Amino acid sequence: MAKSPLLETASQTAGPYVHIGLAPEIAELTKPLTPLGQSIAGPRVSGERILVRGIIFDGAQDPVTDAMLEIWQADAEGRHAGDDGCAPEFRGWGRVAADFDTGLWHFETIKPGRVGARAPHIALWIVARGINIGLHTRLYFDDETEANEADPVLQSVPDSRKAATLMAQKERDGVYRFDIRLQGPGETVFFDI
Amino acid sequence: MSGFRARDWQVQPPALTPDYKTTRLRAPSAPLITMPEGCAPESGPVFGQGDLGPLDHDLLQNHVQDGAPIGERILLHGRVLDQEARPVAGTLVEVWQANAGGRYRHRNDRYLAPLDPNFGGCGRTLTDDAGGYRFHTLRPGPYPWPNSDNSWRPAHIHVSIMGSGFPQRLITQLYFEGDPLIPLCPIVQAVPDASAIDRLTARLDLAAASPFDCLAYRFDIVLRGRRASLFENKLEGM
Repeated sequence: MAKSPLLETASQTAGPYVHIGLAPEIAELTKPLTPLGQSIAGPRVSGERILVRGIIFDGAQDPVTDAMLEIWQADAEGRHAGDDGCAPEFRGWGRVAADFDTGLWHFETIKPGRVGARAPHIALWIVARGINIGLHTRLYFDDETEANEADPVLQSVPDSRKAATLMAQKERDGVYRFDIRLQGPGETVFFDI
Repeated sequence: MSGFRARDWQVQPPALTPDYKTTRLRAPSAPLITMPEGCAPESGPVFGQGDLGPLDHDLLQNHVQDGAPIGERILLHGRVLDQEARPVAGTLVEVWQANAGGRYRHRNDRYLAPLDPNFGGCGRTLTDDAGGYRFHTLRPGPYPWPNSDNSWRPAHIHVSIMGSGFPQRLITQLYFEGDPLIPLCPIVQAVPDASAIDRLTARLDLAAASPFDCLAYRFDIVLRGRRASLFENKLEGM
């Protein structure tokens, strides 16, 4: 029964033209396919409406203007899409591309709830030219102090300054800022999941 | 860790591969942190036929303005399996590519080869119960890129596979059997293992060709498998 497993297919960079395939609405196709991942939580999904925005910086502190992010998160009750009780309008998944000029990206969603013992968080996956294999990170909320202190993933990050790189800052009610640094001082923590 | 098998770093490219220059400023310098047991997501988004249009899998038709696109017509097909050779059914497979001249329909591509008014270069489909997928498209051309003063990408198609859980998420590129640019490309050579590069190469599949219509190439994809203990526990609980 102990057959040796097949070997994984190797990753390759998404390259600078990832938008053609995954964000066709901004690639300037004359006849784009219907975009996917535009609505993380439909208008009837309950929860606090939030906007998350940020910039990805490279090792020269320049904005990465050709990145794409994917989002995967729980609803306000800590349920993922497909779990019992989760609203059908809650997709929990989205895609967003960095602005070609400024590198700024943003998405609208609902603030996720705790998942078991884990603090509210949003899983992010980043691909771009120069990234050979997609980077997994997590966004936590800086106004969830108590939950964050008990979170096993944040606890697993050996250095508290590094754990701070996973914290989105509340700019005002309903708006959070999450910058990602690929390299150098303040480098964001990335995970092997 | 998630319930998926650990990533195989003998097969996967490291973040920093200096010959591919853009990685020098974009590769994280710290090692990845292994997520504690039970904390990683196990599930991921699910898609249905309602998410797709009827011509999404047919790049020969889905951007037609006034005729057929120019180039070598091909059927690209294969299966998506996990490491236990189980089909990954109903998963979203997306592709994007340059046209036959090596030009992308993208505002940032300024290569002098012309756009083809009848070719968009974007397609997607869902795998069937056996993990199978099919696209009709054309063979893309190679093109120059600014890695050195004379760098050329081998002809390739970008492939994105959603998988059955977020940890399986994969984007890769497929190449074409026999392309002499493959061994010269630092993006390809970022993959540390020659057999893994070989498995990124789509094979001519003459038996699947449509006579007097199109040639066929086959490209199979393997995603991380579920770890045995967890999979068996889940089965018991079902």
